[in-house]
Formats: sequence, C-alpha cells, structure tokens
Amino acid sequence: MTIAVGCVLLVGIVLYGVFGGADFGAGLWDLTAGGAHRGKRARDLIDHAIGPVWEANHTWLIFCLVILWSGFPTAFAAIVTTLYIPLGISVLGIVLRGSGFAFRKVLTGSLGRQINSVAFAMPSVITPFGFGTVAGGIASGRVPSDGYGDPVTSWLNPTSLLGGVLAVMTCSYLAALFLTEEGRHAGAPDLVAWAHRRAILAAGAAGIVALAGLFVLHEDARRLFDRLTAPALPLVLVSAVAGLAALAATMSLADRWRWRPVRGLGALAVAAILAGWGVGQYPYLLGDHLTISDAAAPPQTMDSLIVVAGLAAVFVVPPLAWLLLLTQRGELSDPDATSPRR
Amino acid sequence: MAQAEPSQLLPAREQMAFTLGFHIILVPFGVAFTFITMLANYRAIRHGDANARLLAERWSKVAAVLFAVGAVSGTVLSFEMGLLWPGLMSTYGAAYGVPFAVEGIFFFLEAIFVAIYIYGWNRMRPWLHFWCGLPVVLAGVGGTFSVVAANSWMNTPGGITLQDGKVVSVDMWKVFFNQSFWYEALHMLLAAYVVAGFAVAGVYAVGMLRGRRGGYHRLGLLMPLTVGGIASVLQIVMGDFIARYVFDSEPAKFAAIEALPHTQDQAPEVLGGIFVNGDVRFGLPIPSGASLLSGFKPSTTVQGLDAIPASVRPPDHLVAIVHLAFDVMVGTGFALAALALWFAVSWWRTRARRPGRWFLRAVAVSGLVAVVSLEAGWVVTEVGRQPWTVVGLLLTRDAVQRSGNVWPLFAGALAIYVGITVGAVYALRALRRSWARGEAISGPYEPGRAVGGARCTEQT
Repeated sequence: MTIAVGCVLLVGIVLYGVFGGADFGAGLWDLTAGGAHRGKRARDLIDHAIGPVWEANHTWLIFCLVILWSGFPTAFAAIVTTLYIPLGISVLGIVLRGSGFAFRKVLTGSLGRQINSVAFAMPSVITPFGFGTVAGGIASGRVPSDGYGDPVTSWLNPTSLLGGVLAVMTCSYLAALFLTEEGRHAGAPDLVAWAHRRAILAAGAAGIVALAGLFVLHEDARRLFDRLTAPALPLVLVSAVAGLAALAATMSLADRWRWRPVRGLGALAVAAILAGWGVGQYPYLLGDHLTISDAAAPPQTMDSLIVVAGLAAVFVVPPLAWLLLLTQRGELSDPDATSPRR
Repeated sequence: MAQAEPSQLLPAREQMAFTLGFHIILVPFGVAFTFITMLANYRAIRHGDANARLLAERWSKVAAVLFAVGAVSGTVLSFEMGLLWPGLMSTYGAAYGVPFAVEGIFFFLEAIFVAIYIYGWNRMRPWLHFWCGLPVVLAGVGGTFSVVAANSWMNTPGGITLQDGKVVSVDMWKVFFNQSFWYEALHMLLAAYVVAGFAVAGVYAVGMLRGRRGGYHRLGLLMPLTVGGIASVLQIVMGDFIARYVFDSEPAKFAAIEALPHTQDQAPEVLGGIFVNGDVRFGLPIPSGASLLSGFKPSTTVQGLDAIPASVRPPDHLVAIVHLAFDVMVGTGFALAALALWFAVSWWRTRARRPGRWFLRAVAVSGLVAVVSLEAGWVVTEVGRQPWTVVGLLLTRDAVQRSGNVWPLFAGALAIYVGITVGAVYALRALRRSWARGEAISGPYEPGRAVGGARCTEQT
C-alpha cells in the first residue's frame, strides 16, 4: 500500500508538472511579450489559453501536498523545516500570480493591466524555479530525515540550481508548444510563428541545460546520476525523443494535419523526466537516507489515501478531462475578453 | 508557564491568524455565493426573468475574481501547516492530514465546475449550464465539512492510537466525524451563507440608497437577503446547541468564553468587560445567566478557569480575547437575525415595495457586520483552544517551527496581501463600472461589454 501511495504522489507531481508547468511557462512568455501594445495579442492568447484551466491545474499542487503530509508526515515536516525559504517564496509567488491573473482580466485601464501582468508573470518564473530547487535539495540528499537541515545550502547548491533552471526551461517549452497550438486554433498565424520560435528556443535551452546537468549530477548527486543512467535511462530517452518529436510536429509543414500530437508529445516529454526522477529516487523518499516505507504513515492512513485517490479517479478525472476538452475546442471563452484573432 | 516561549511562536501565530483571517472572508463567496447565483439562474430560466439572468451572470464573474484569490490564499494556509507548524504535521499528519485529502477532491470539483460555469455563459444550453453550476454548491458544502473536520479534530481529537508519542493506528471515520464535527461544520456552513447573503444584498442596498430602485436592484437585494436572513435565524438556534455542547465537552473553552474564574453554581453571564488579574472588570453581569443557559436552572455548576491545571491554563489576556470575541460574535449574530426579522415583517406588510431608508442603511452595513461576526467566531475557536494546538495532546509551543526566522515571511505575506486587497477592490470596481456603462448603452437585455466594438465574435 505504501508503494501505491508513493505512486499516487508521483502521478500527482507528474500531472502538476505537466499542467501546472504549462501555466507557469505561459507567465514567462507573458513577461517577455513586449510592451502593452505590442504584446497585447500574445497576452490575449495566453488569457484565452489558461483562463478556464489554471485553477484546476493549480489544484494538483494541493493534491500532492495533502498526499505527502498525510502519507509521509515526517518527510513532509523534514522538507518544510529545511527548505522553508524557497517554499515560502514560491507560495507567496503563487498568491501573487493567481491574483494578478484574475485581476488583469477584468481591469480595463492600461496601468492596472500592466501592474497585474507583472504580478502574474514575474512569480510565474520565480515559483517554478523555487520548486525546482526544492526538488534538487531533496534529490541530492540535503534534507535530513529529522528536518531542520541547512536552510541555505539545502537549496543553493548545484543540483538545486539545475533543478530550478530546468524547471523554468521545461515550463517555458511546454507553454510555447501549447501556445503554438492555441494560436493555430485561434487562426492567428503570426502568433503561431511567435510561439513556435519560442518553443524551439526553449527546447534548445532545456536540452543544453539537461546535458550540462548530467555533469552536475555526476559531481553533486552521484546516486541520482547512477540511477538516471541505469534503471531510469529508458524514461530519460523517451523524454528526449518525445520532446524533439513534439517540436517537429509543430512545424508549419504539417499545417494541413488536422490532428497534431503536439500536446500529447510535449506532455509525455515532461512526464517522462519527472517519472524518471521518481524512479531515480526509489526506494528513497529523501536522498538516500529515508526510505518510502520508513516515512510511511500507519496502514489505515495509507488505505484512506488510496480510497481518496480512487474517488479522485472516478469523480475528478472525467470532469477534468471534459473541461480540458471544452477549452481545447474553444467552447469556453469569456465573452467580455478580446479574442487574439485579428 | 515558567518555560520560555519558542522564539518563532509569536510571528508564527500572528502570520497564521492574519492569513487565515484573510482567507476566511473569501470562503463564503466560494461556498455560498454560488448558491445565491444558482437561485438567480434558476429564476432566469424558469420564469424568463432578464434581471435575474443578468444578476446571475454578473455574480458569477465577481465570484470568479474572489474564487481565484480564495484559491491561492488557501494554498498559503496549506504551506503554512508545514512552514509554521511542523510539529503538528510530523506527529499527527497521518490523522489530521486526511480530511484535507478529502477536501482536495471537493476543491478540484469546485475549480473545474466554476470554470465551466463561468465560461459557459452564452456558450452552453441554459439547463446544461445550470447543472454545471450545481456541483460547485455541493463541493462548497463538502469542502467546508472536510476542512472543519480537520479543525474540529484539533478541538476534540479522536480515532488515533498513540505509542511513544507516535500515531500507530488511525480510525479515519472517528477522525473525520469527531465529537465536535457536526456542531462546527454546520455552524461554519451557515456562517458562510450569512456572510455571502448579507454582503451581496448590501451592494444593492447601497445602489437603492443612491436612487436606483428598479427591478434589477430590487431582485439583487431580495434574493441574497432572503438566503442570508434564513441562515442568520437558523444560526441562532445552532449557536444555542453549540454553546451547551461546549459547556458539556470543552469545559476549558467554556470557562474562557464566560471568563469565569472559579467553578460555581449560579454562574453569572457577564456581557463585555475586561479580564485582568483573574477577574472580569467593567462587565455587565446577568445573575445566574451562564448557569441558566447551560443547564436551564440556576443551580447548574459551571467549571471555572481554576479547574484547568495551572500549567495549561490560558493566560489572562487570552481569556479576555476569547470572552470579548464571543460577545462580539453573539451580539452581531443577534443583530443580523433582528435585521432578518425586520425584513420579514416589512415584506409581510408592504411586500417590500418601497424599503425604507433606515432599512436599506442597515442592510448596507450588514455584510461588514457579518464578516466581523465570522472573524470573531474563528477567534473564539482558535484562541479558545490555547495553549493547545491539539487539545490534550500537543501544545502550540511544541507544534511551532523551531529554527529559522518567520518574520520575513510574515512581512512578505503582509505586503502581498495588502497588494491583492487593493487589486481586488480595483478589479471589482472595474467590473461595476463597465457594467454601469454597458447598462446605460445596451440595456439589461444585452449583457456583456458590447461597447466600441471591443468584443470579437467567435467563428468556430
């Protein structure tokens, strides 16, 4: 049962990485879209793309938190008492970006829109970076089992910085990929080109960082390196291949294809690397000192969490899929919002 | 009490109080505002009422803004469970955490269907759209129950077996449906309906005071005021049950509420007053009031603060806070119920054709009064539990983060929350203004902002 709960947690992290990640990445492109006038259509596209789904996507984070603190309470306490600085910054970032996004949609004055755009976009970069450093701290064994590890070096270290940068790159890549498709859907070729250029850029950057990261892990988190290059290697390769294939599928040559596997491939690329991290950690929850089974709550708690996960699969996944489908088909849109279409 | 307090206890408690106090104001709008919106939506479809249709659509847009802020400020609370109270989570997470896992499902459903409902206006068939709003109302009830299950477990922990200070076995049913669960859960649910009802009605009362007395404003006043009014009267009944339950099962909290220094019969009910040096001063005592209310006869013995072991007895200033907060909660609660009765009587007499100015003024401020009542209630339950975090099991000073410095996080949270409060005010004002303009130009039958060609039509 303990391993099952561990898998539920990993699934939650993967889904948050894919769905939440795409939302965060959209914030980065929002930030760099240019001035209020020049960037307006790109921002409309972003509003259009993530408006209906960002709250649901954000909920995966809550899902991960509740599974972690109920299923592995001591590990949760160890993580938060050690990594409280990046976690504190990230959660304040979440408040700022969610509020900023909601406010700017209803504001009409240009100053208010600009302030709230920045409030949405800046933390969209900071928060995934923070979460990436947290992942790096956990993966490189810097969170002691009893908590209260070094509050600074636990997240300011090579693996954490790699995690942070890679998280931002991955989010940007995913968002650019999804926005390319959104632009196509909105019938805006200029926005397709705008997003596609960024997808290539982000993919290239993510690739370079990932390769350089291998050396970092070799020096700084040897066990993770060994695991990623042995049992988790297939997942790493799947990620690389899917990432490149997704990029290829966005190419304008394939314009007459009605169905493009872009979203699926992009999601697979991110999911595979996150799953690879999970396999890399196994059987440990923290570094190589606290195993999943040692950190586990009593069996009745684990059973309850499996029941909760089952209920989520039955009651949450179908409506969530429906919401994503409706959004993708463009059947949900704010009548007051301006369309990115020219 | 000779032990020195941990250095992080003060900032941790201040931050928790501030962020929870902020978040709780938004909760009624996620939980109960949707119900009021659905009433308007139902009326719009069933009776073809254009005003109701417009109200429902606009309310859902206001709810969208408030729901977003509520969702992210709620996330802060989840992080704070660990960032501020790791001692609580590491030891009791296995039991205390699970109601939150259940809440996760309801939060998910809420986020999904809120999005479909808000973005589905004019896109979906009316009844399908209506039914997509209903899960939000139900998820609001379920979410409230789950979170309150966790909170009430801290007051009356049950369903766990401890061995060497570690939870070794959990009975989830007894954790969730703990002794005080139903009292707290229904109390909070009603409170959400009271706050949302009076606050929304207040907006239209202000409009009517400014001379906008059309059908649109009348309906905008009547529907939420009816909901809030019914809830406020039920809340009085509920409160009476809870008071006797607290007397029976949480005597330490009851003693703090009554600010009663010594165990005695013919215990007075002291209204107001300040609790210093072990006694109430400047209060208005009702002879035997507390005894009568808790046991229906003056000879009922009420446990005083002296019955609590000195090592875990709440200090005087906390007793003073709990006592005054309780008086504020009850006083404002009765004021709101009285307003509801005023509304019922004037409706019965005149069908509220021309609500009087004083009545409208009372409704205009009632939302604020309801928020004060809500906050005071949370102060009673949270401060009234001190010095415990989990009654009888975990002291707050043992739950708090032991190292690091919470002050910078608190400062950051303060700054950001002030910013988003200002942002929310501006955002809601922008919505109101754009509607005021739209109303003048396109009339109530054409919702949306069809001004200056800003609206593009989709051609899918």
